[in-house]
Amino acid sequence: MPSFPSGPIQLVEGRALVVAGEDIDTDRIIPARFLKCVSFDALGDQVFADDRKELNGEHPFDQAQFQGASILVVNGNFGCGSSREHAPQALMRWGIRAVVGVSFAEIFFGNCLALGIPCLTAAPDQIKAIQAVVQADPSRSWSLNLEVMKLSAEEESWEIAVDSGPGEMLRSGRWDATSQLLDNGPKVDALMEHMPYLNGFHAVR
Amino acid sequence: MSSGTLYDKVWDLHRVTELPGGSTQLFVGLHLIHEVTSPQAFAALKDKGLTVRCPERTVATVDHIVPTISQQRPFEDPLAEEMLSTLERNCAQHGIVLNGLGSGRQGIVHVIAPELGLTQPGMTVACGDSHTSTHGAFGAIAFGIGTSQVRDVLASQSLAMNKLKVRRIQVNGQLTDGVSAKDLVLHVIRTLGVKGGVGYAYEFAGPAIEVLSMEERMTLCNMAIEGGARCGYVNPDHVTFDYLNGRVHAPSGEDWDRAVAWWSSLASDADAVVDDEVVFNASAIAPTVTWGITPGQGLGIDESIPMPESLEVGERPMAEEAYRYMDLQPGTPIAGVPVDVCFIGSCTNGRLSDLRAAAAVARGRQVADGIRAFVVPGSEQVAKAAEAEGLDQVFRAAGFEWREPGCSMCLAMNPDRLEGRQISASSSNRNFKGRQGSASGRTLLMSPAMVAAAAVHGRVTDVRSLTPQPDL
Repeated sequence: MPSFPSGPIQLVEGRALVVAGEDIDTDRIIPARFLKCVSFDALGDQVFADDRKELNGEHPFDQAQFQGASILVVNGNFGCGSSREHAPQALMRWGIRAVVGVSFAEIFFGNCLALGIPCLTAAPDQIKAIQAVVQADPSRSWSLNLEVMKLSAEEESWEIAVDSGPGEMLRSGRWDATSQLLDNGPKVDALMEHMPYLNGFHAVR
Repeated sequence: MSSGTLYDKVWDLHRVTELPGGSTQLFVGLHLIHEVTSPQAFAALKDKGLTVRCPERTVATVDHIVPTISQQRPFEDPLAEEMLSTLERNCAQHGIVLNGLGSGRQGIVHVIAPELGLTQPGMTVACGDSHTSTHGAFGAIAFGIGTSQVRDVLASQSLAMNKLKVRRIQVNGQLTDGVSAKDLVLHVIRTLGVKGGVGYAYEFAGPAIEVLSMEERMTLCNMAIEGGARCGYVNPDHVTFDYLNGRVHAPSGEDWDRAVAWWSSLASDADAVVDDEVVFNASAIAPTVTWGITPGQGLGIDESIPMPESLEVGERPMAEEAYRYMDLQPGTPIAGVPVDVCFIGSCTNGRLSDLRAAAAVARGRQVADGIRAFVVPGSEQVAKAAEAEGLDQVFRAAGFEWREPGCSMCLAMNPDRLEGRQISASSSNRNFKGRQGSASGRTLLMSPAMVAAAAVHGRVTDVRSLTPQPDL
C-alpha cells in the first residue's frame, strides 16, 4: 500500500472504483462493532464489511479488477450519519487517496480533509459519466489534478470542484491543521481573556 | 450570508483568526469526550509530543460501550474494558474530569453535559460525536467532529472550521396532543430530506418551538444532523434560563444575573437576515414513524408506505432498496406493522420527560406477548429521578426491562443489539442498514410514547388511539 498522505496534495493518480448509491452513511462504511478499538490500524480490512458480506465477493472493494484502486467515485451525501473518523480511516487504510462524488456530508468531508484525502465534487450527470467509464474499463489509470481541478483518464477529462478554503489547504499541504492552530496560541489566550463565560460574564468585547 | 443571527454572533465571538486558505480558527468553549473517538486523539498528541492545552475545558464520560445489564468491572467484553481503561488513563494523565460509572454523573454525553449545566448559551461545543448538535438547544453552536479534530481541540482548544449558512425552520401553530418534538423533527427531515441541511445550521424558531421544554428542544436539535445540518439551535429564552438555574456548573449569584443579560443579547435579532427560511405548521403534524433506511423516509401514522410512482424520480432507488431491506410493501399502512423489539432511550429520547411520556402509555398495560421491550435511562441522574417517581416500577410492572444508563441499542457497540432480521420500534435517531447491530436488522424510528404504544400492541400503533389509564 502506498504511504499515507503527507505534504501538499496536488495530484492523485491511480485506478478508480465506484460505490454507487445516495446517502451512504458511515455506519455502512464501517459498522459500529469495528469501532471497539483504541487504534485505527486494523480498519482497512473492515471497510464496508456488511455490504461486502451481503454481496459475497461481488462488492467493488472485493472484486479483483478494483484491487489497488485509489480514487473512489460515489454519488450524493456520501459519508452522512455518524461523525466517526473510523470511516475515512478505513477507506484510507484500504488504499483510497481521493473521493469524487456529487456531494459529501460535512463531518465526513472535514474528517477526510484532516487526513489529506480530497473530497471533490462534480455535477450528477458528470459523475454518472465518470462512473460509467470506470465500470467499462477498471484498468484505466486516472489523474486527479488539484491545480487545474480536472479528473482525466486518457483523452477524457472532467472538471471537478472543491471549496476554495479546503482546496488551498490541500494544495499547500496545510490540511494538517494542528501546527497552524498551535502557532496562534497567543491569539487564543487573548480571546479567552475576553470571553464572557470564562470571566464571570464581565467582559464583552 | 446571514447576519444578526445567534449563529453569527457566537461565531464572531469565537473567531480566533482566519487561517491561510480561508478557514476560520474557532475557539471551542466546551469540549466533550467519550471512549470511542478519543483514544486515537490522545495517542496522536503523544506522537507529536503535545499536551492538553485547557484540561478544564474538556469533560469526559463513558457511554457508547457500556453494558446496560451489569456495569460491573471489568466488563465481560475485553475490548470494551480496554476502551474504558484507556479513557480513564488518558483523563488521569491529562487532568480531565471523567464522569465515570457510579459517579452519579455518568451517562450519554449529550444528556449529562446539559444536566450538569456545562452546556450554556453562547458557547461553542464540540465533541467527537455527530449528535453534538443536541447542545444547540441552549443557543450554543454545537457540532460533531472527527478524531483528528478531537486531537486539535485537545492541543489548541480550537478548530479549523468553515462558516455555515443559516436556514430558519419557522414552526407556526402548536403541536397537538400525542405529537412530540421527535415527531416534529422526523417531519422536518422527511420534508427537507436527509441532505437538505448540508451546508446549513438550522435555527428552529416560531410559536411551536418557544413552548417546547429544554428536553424537547434537545430532541429537536439532536436530529438536525439527520437532516444534514451539522448544527441546529434554538434562541435562548426564559425556558433556557429556568432550566439552567441552579445546575452544578451554571453560574450563580451576581454572575447569574450578568449571564442572563448576556445570554439574552445573543438571540437572533428581530431583523436578522437568514440565508433561507422554511415554514411549517405544527398543528398539521401527526405522530411520525420511519419506514425505510434513512431518517428521511418517514410517514404520518395514518399514512401508507409510498408507492414508487408517488415519489420523485431521485428518491426511487433508495425507496426500492428500503422496500427490499425492510421487507415492507408499497401501499402497506405503517400502523399495524408488527415489531419484535422496543427500545426507549438514547441521546435523542433518553431524558426524564421522555421516560414519563412512555410510562404514561405503559402504566396499567402489558407488553404484548413475544415482544422484548426495554428502557435505558440517558444518565445516572435520569435513572435516579425516574426511580424517585416510580417510573421504573411502572415499566417493570408492564413487562419492560429497566436498565443501566448508556447508548445501548441506538448503535450496538455494547451487548444490546438486534438479532437477525428483527425489527425494532426505537426512540433513537438512525434507521440505517445494520445500525442496531445486526447486518439485516430493521429499525422504525418514533417517539418514546409511540414505542411504548408499539410495545403494548406488538405493532406500530397511533398513541392517540390509546385512552389514558384511570390512575394517570
